[in-house]
Amino acid sequence: MSIKGKAFIVGAYEHPDRVIPDRSTAQVHAEITSGALADAGLKLDDIDGFFCTGGVGMVPVAMAEYLGLNKLAYLDGTMVGGSSPVYQIGHAAAAIATGKCTVALVTLANRPRSEQQARSVNTSPESSFELVYGSSTLGMYALAAQRHMYEYGTTSEQLAWVKVAFSEHAQYNPHALLRKPVTVEDVLNSPMLSDPLHRLDSCVVTDGGGAVIVASPEVARQSPRPRVKIMGQGEAPKHTNNGHIDLTYTGARWSGPRAFAEAGVTPGDIDYASIYDSFTITVVETLEDLGFCEKGKGGQFVQDGGLRARGGKLPVNTDGGGLCNNHPGMGGMMKILEGVRQVRGEAQPEVQVPDCNLVLVHGTGGSLGTRMASATLILGTEDA
Amino acid sequence: MISERVLPAPAPVVLPEVKNFWDATAEGRLLLPRCEDCQTVIWYPRPYCPTCASLKVSWFAASGRGTIYSFTVNRRGQADLSAYREAGTYVLAYVELEEGPRMMTNIVDCDPESVKIGQRVEVVFHDTGQGTALPRFRPTA
Repeated sequence: MSIKGKAFIVGAYEHPDRVIPDRSTAQVHAEITSGALADAGLKLDDIDGFFCTGGVGMVPVAMAEYLGLNKLAYLDGTMVGGSSPVYQIGHAAAAIATGKCTVALVTLANRPRSEQQARSVNTSPESSFELVYGSSTLGMYALAAQRHMYEYGTTSEQLAWVKVAFSEHAQYNPHALLRKPVTVEDVLNSPMLSDPLHRLDSCVVTDGGGAVIVASPEVARQSPRPRVKIMGQGEAPKHTNNGHIDLTYTGARWSGPRAFAEAGVTPGDIDYASIYDSFTITVVETLEDLGFCEKGKGGQFVQDGGLRARGGKLPVNTDGGGLCNNHPGMGGMMKILEGVRQVRGEAQPEVQVPDCNLVLVHGTGGSLGTRMASATLILGTEDA
Repeated sequence: MISERVLPAPAPVVLPEVKNFWDATAEGRLLLPRCEDCQTVIWYPRPYCPTCASLKVSWFAASGRGTIYSFTVNRRGQADLSAYREAGTYVLAYVELEEGPRMMTNIVDCDPESVKIGQRVEVVFHDTGQGTALPRFRPTA
């Protein structure tokens, strides 16, 4: 049993704003729901499955109430940080494949740029052994980058190339937060935040959100929009493994093969990839773990424009990614949305991959430096 | 040993099942849990064996020695705990203990620019003022 061909993405919408000081996160959920429904040509009452990330209250029930979802037969609030929607697309496809629901709405909204995140005392069992040392998201990714450099000779110049390629893509995205192309020197000359990561090795912080609608083949056949087939999905958490953390690889090492096997394709078949880019090192380690290059050769793979839409080895993050376009604290939905655009042939013309039939989307929630939730999704054209 | 610039030593949240560990830090001892059934050394501390699911766990004194597995010199990054807002430059690291586990910690009592992966280190304890101390590490000669 597999989800391959059992569900299609029939609607997609990315909130155009990157700074949203004057509305709540619930209202952002509403705006992206409205946008995705309009894109799909569907109505609120068509939705019988809801998958939700971000917000306050008893998500996703509180959001179902706000949005007016009254026919829900399936609900999923899987919360694994930025990769949550990449998990949820797989769950939605499985729910549709098994007849639990027919039309699933998947939303992610978050406003970390405008809204002070509530700080409560962290009583998770691991936090006492980490937070007291001044840990941070940035610092923990820096630990991973440092070790990767030590073991494989990866350089800051190579990491900078990730940002350079995405910044070149972002100049064509009218909604991107940072649209100015940067050079390797710009990245290396930006302030060192936590060795070896510079400011420009780090993603942007935005307010925003996005939504997709996943539907059964029967519903998809009526769709006015190009159908995007869900080919396969794999997921895997990776944690510190009883004090034996290895900082040089990610959960993609396990989620990737699962997704490729379900889709029946290999890395060499992929025309475009959306790779989670909280930091430049996230992209390098993930590309290796997904099998786009040998372990330890990710730096060489990305250097000299390896990820460029035009002339690269593999076009990656043609919307500008989390490094330049949009990262509302959790960026997995944006990865899915650019993948959908590429399959539909609706990316910006300057970065649209010609004959784009197979797309890979990878989400990384949590931290390379401690524990993460990895998910890999493979999408294709109707005939893929 | 008193370092020139003292890092903040915020008190940890002490969950009841690992009070042993934190009580010992106040006395300058680094305890590790070990599974009595399969002998696995457990990290982070908890009275449960993540290798065999046993609840028979006892505590033993670690040597306090290890090597740096990875580190970062935090210059401008913002720590999650507000106690670090004015901390200046400091070293966040994973130290691989002689007993096996890699623990998150700080490297102290040295020039941050001199820290290297593979460097040998030993434990020091920084009093939090609340009945606990943070095990940190300094380079050995």
